[in-house]
Amino acid sequence: MKDLIGIKELSRQDIEEILNTAKAFKEVLGRDIKKVPTLRGKTAINLFFEPSTRTRTSFELAEKRLSLDVLNFSVGTSSVVKGETLYDTLKTIEAYNVDYIVIRHSCSGSAKFVAEHTPASVINAGDGTNEHPTQALLDAFSILEVKGRLDGLKIAIVGDIIHSRVARSNLYLLSKFDTEIRFIGPPTLLPVENPDNVKIFYDLKEGLKDVDVVMLLRIQLERQNAAYIPSLKEYFKIWGMKKESFSYLKDDAIIMHPGPMNRGVEIATEVADSSRSIILRQVTNGIATRMAVIYLLTS
Amino acid sequence: MKKSIEKELLNEQEIERILTRITHEILEKNKGAENICLIGIVTGGVYLAERIKNKIKETEGIDVPLGILDISFYRDDINITKKRKAIKPTNIPFSIDDKKVILVDDVLFTGRSTRAAMDALIDFGRPAEIQLAVLIDRGHRELPIMANYTGKYIPTSRDEKIKVNFKEVSGKDSVLLIKT
Repeated sequence: MKDLIGIKELSRQDIEEILNTAKAFKEVLGRDIKKVPTLRGKTAINLFFEPSTRTRTSFELAEKRLSLDVLNFSVGTSSVVKGETLYDTLKTIEAYNVDYIVIRHSCSGSAKFVAEHTPASVINAGDGTNEHPTQALLDAFSILEVKGRLDGLKIAIVGDIIHSRVARSNLYLLSKFDTEIRFIGPPTLLPVENPDNVKIFYDLKEGLKDVDVVMLLRIQLERQNAAYIPSLKEYFKIWGMKKESFSYLKDDAIIMHPGPMNRGVEIATEVADSSRSIILRQVTNGIATRMAVIYLLTS
Repeated sequence: MKKSIEKELLNEQEIERILTRITHEILEKNKGAENICLIGIVTGGVYLAERIKNKIKETEGIDVPLGILDISFYRDDINITKKRKAIKPTNIPFSIDDKKVILVDDVLFTGRSTRAAMDALIDFGRPAEIQLAVLIDRGHRELPIMANYTGKYIPTSRDEKIKVNFKEVSGKDSVLLIKT
């Protein structure tokens, strides 16, 4: 495989190969010397046309741990503000002879466009509302680590599903396994048409019954002004994950969040910092999973 | 289609005897089992290392530490090969600092795997010594590497293959020479 554009195009076998390889990289990250010489002499560029701290740093660390030389390119400091097109930016980068391009862009389909126009391996780090494949992979890896399996699990995704590339990639991934997926949130933020393995709930309590995994999504603060939700306070009251919610959760249900969190909007502070939360584990696993993806791509 | 010919070079009993001999050679050279540890190279080397460990336990009564090493991340052909082999996570749950490390592999061929394994080991610490034990040495070295303990030296041609079967996987131990 040359690129990772989305989970949609992957087979269950591809996903299992990535997760299995990530396990080996997690071992590397636990060593005193957390770096392997695997991709010495190769170069990666992180092209971020949208603000991001954690995804970019996670990719950067993954690349450095694989001994890649790393270039960072952020929109604020680049020629894009001077009007350069994506195509021309790409051709310039190509002239540097880079081997891996990690791209985040606000336009859905941008990663695919870049992949089709370059011999380098392209990894989608989030394209518009389309996909964020490495997030779904690290989520699956984290679930697998804690639960030991994906098959047979009930997984609830709570919040702004329609605008979320994280939810979309997770839906594609979890659907390749034998899972029950539930979308929970206000009707304005849930898709109208859904695949058969997805159940819709407008009520948090009802939706969380019997689930093994709760994935919370970030409520983007600008949604409030677009009238998707009455107010952030009201969202928290009705769909926010609070300590009280634990009373109707399964004892071993875990709580996940892709970050960055809005404490007091989609998640209460006590929940974020509780023993059920595996949010920081997700961050650590992000590095191992991204190392696995980079390692497995060959152009 | 050309038919491939298989010839059995070693059977179960012969392999067993070889491992007993290698175990004694290890104990003789290191004057016992104090301060040694075994590292099996994935996958064949791991089975062999486990057996040597058991044999040391039988003769000396000492449980020597056993680690598993996957050398994929240290290979020098990563840019040449398109296909990535499945990885088994490395597991060395003890310090190798100042230990005599016995690397165990099934077949010694070009020596490149041994080079990769030594580079990997250095990332784990500073062993007092690294020694190499192999079941089969088939020649064709591309690097200046030699085993301290060799089960059997088998001169081969480059287009031949050596296949080592293990009870743990195929139900029976054997070493086969395959001509295609």
